[in-house]
Amino acid sequence: MTVFKTVLGAGAALAMSAVAALAEPGLIIDLGGKFDKSFNEAAYNGAQRWVKETGGSYIETELQSEAQREQNMRKMAERGANPIVVLGFANASTLERVAPDYPDTNFAIIDMVVDQPNVLSIVFAEHEGSYLVGMLAGMKTQTKTVGFIGGMDIPLIRKFACGYVQGVKAVDPSIRVIQNMTGTTPAAWNDPVKGAELARAQIAQGADVIYAAAGGTGVGVLQAAADAGIYSIGVDSNQNYMHPGSVLTSMVKRVDNAVYNVFKAGTEGTFKPGFLLMNLANDGVGYALDEYNAALITDEMKAAVEDAKAKIIAGEIKVHDYMSDDSCPVE
Amino acid sequence: MGRLPKWADVALIPLINLALALIVSGLVVLYIGENPIEAVAIMVNGAIGSTYGWGYTLYYATNFIFTGLAVAVAFHARLFNIGGEGQAGLGGLGVALVCLFIPWPHWTLALPAAILAGALFGAALAAVPAWLQAKRGSHIVITTIMFNFIASALLVYLLVNVLKKPGQMSPETARFPEGARLPSAHDMASWVGLDFSKSAPLNITFFIAILACVAVWFLIWRTRLGYQIRAFGHSEPAAVYAGINPVKITMVTMLISGALAGLMGINSVMGEAERLVIDSVQGAGFVGIAVALMGRSHPAGVFLAALLFGMLYQGGGELEFEKPAVSREMILVIQGLVILFTGALDNMVRMPLEGLFLRLRGGAR
Repeated sequence: MTVFKTVLGAGAALAMSAVAALAEPGLIIDLGGKFDKSFNEAAYNGAQRWVKETGGSYIETELQSEAQREQNMRKMAERGANPIVVLGFANASTLERVAPDYPDTNFAIIDMVVDQPNVLSIVFAEHEGSYLVGMLAGMKTQTKTVGFIGGMDIPLIRKFACGYVQGVKAVDPSIRVIQNMTGTTPAAWNDPVKGAELARAQIAQGADVIYAAAGGTGVGVLQAAADAGIYSIGVDSNQNYMHPGSVLTSMVKRVDNAVYNVFKAGTEGTFKPGFLLMNLANDGVGYALDEYNAALITDEMKAAVEDAKAKIIAGEIKVHDYMSDDSCPVE
Repeated sequence: MGRLPKWADVALIPLINLALALIVSGLVVLYIGENPIEAVAIMVNGAIGSTYGWGYTLYYATNFIFTGLAVAVAFHARLFNIGGEGQAGLGGLGVALVCLFIPWPHWTLALPAAILAGALFGAALAAVPAWLQAKRGSHIVITTIMFNFIASALLVYLLVNVLKKPGQMSPETARFPEGARLPSAHDMASWVGLDFSKSAPLNITFFIAILACVAVWFLIWRTRLGYQIRAFGHSEPAAVYAGINPVKITMVTMLISGALAGLMGINSVMGEAERLVIDSVQGAGFVGIAVALMGRSHPAGVFLAALLFGMLYQGGGELEFEKPAVSREMILVIQGLVILFTGALDNMVRMPLEGLFLRLRGGAR
């Protein structure tokens, strides 16, 4: 009887989904997984918010390895998903080849620029957000030593690091910043064990605030920091809730807004390919302040950061972008 | 006596195994609340329902034919080469180097060179475990699997530090120049005026895989070397007594095996990705073991088993896409069940079946 019910139920579900399968947006979750509590999860949350607000549905798939990118992208396009959002720089060379094959499908890529007539490239000013959390770290440290743990060693992550160091040094140039990268392959985005190891090594060297820009690896960094009773800074999603009292703040990169906007524009027919920069001015990046870290951020700290934020938006403070010349003026 | 008729050995047992695997998989699918009949329909339709599906199915099958043949050849000498993963990865490296650094005017010239390079690199990785087995008696299972890690570490090092295009963030080589582009199924179909999905990665390598099947059949059953390999596999002391050099046979067999695995690089690196990425093998080296077991180490069997696994891969991917409740891990479970039933639990079906046939024959007499 149960079997029979299952069969009937599944049949009905299929019939229903067949009707609704017209031009749904698609989202390809990158390596690291949907619930990395960081980059991918932000994108997933953006898609979920769109679902909740519009009642629509979208197609989603998760990458398991480097070599699957092309098939997954094509599968999405063949299935008629439109627009299709791909996450992360690693998709660029694949998208460059896939996009021309589907001229009627719109694509959006996050964190990389792909110059095709049907692609919207969304990049973030991570250095600006990192500068602000760097200031908070600089004001919070007692040991005059703070840490940075990156995921994969690539220019994009060095951009985070460089902005962070500039923020720290803006508070006090004598503060030492210890920097480590988790690895050199995409596996470095999902290695919380190594992240925790690096965090412990930095704590042993005296770091008392550690900024993790490492996707899923950061979960381990935040845990190690909480265990040692020091402060940490989350990334991409707001991670303040994960260890209240230990996570000082999070450098939020509104990947969720990016995905939400693309989905919304795509289904309303207002999608525009091209280039989109999300920075402090349009709230594309920022630092997270909520009930979980309210006790950690004093009013002076907040005032100083808000002041810097206003100055960056106004152009009075120039935060150096590592990727503009592949170098960082401060160490 | 007690042996099965040939048709039962090559067809009936694999089919029963497959049916059992599918039934157990169906129960698993049912358990997570999906309809197994519908799941099978999605898988079959996804694998062979369109030229796009066929394109991917045969593309995967091509990979599995190469790695399956590699295991099969070694198995005829009772050498268990489970280093196909690493050998295929290194073969891909050889193919990539040839395609990247020599400006080929046309693919007809690039292809033979890529075949040579892929085979050479694959064989080179198999050579060390083969030598250790032949001269030192280090067990080939242990050494080949350890060499998988060496190959993967080497590839990561090269991609991150040496071969990466400057200024690029992801660890992959630049795209191969146009002259090294193999004709895809779409191109080949248009030569004869047919229409084939443009996005499927199936390419001319499929025919090379079929040629490789024929060549392996010829080698094993029609040449002196093949006879020596089989004799050595059946009984090493007898082979030695007959004047067959065990060191030479071990080395040659493993070199051929490694070369076959290395050829996979032509399909995945030159044919599909047109650049070298991390993990270009995607586990095909290990699937090759199951393919060879299921195909009874015969090239025709390997071909059919590779086709089946190609369908499982492509159909499984479609199922995961279509049914969010069926996760990627579920597909792995289904594939794992097929491998378990066809490979590991083979005797579970074989013994009762042998008994049955024995009784039937006894009854007839």
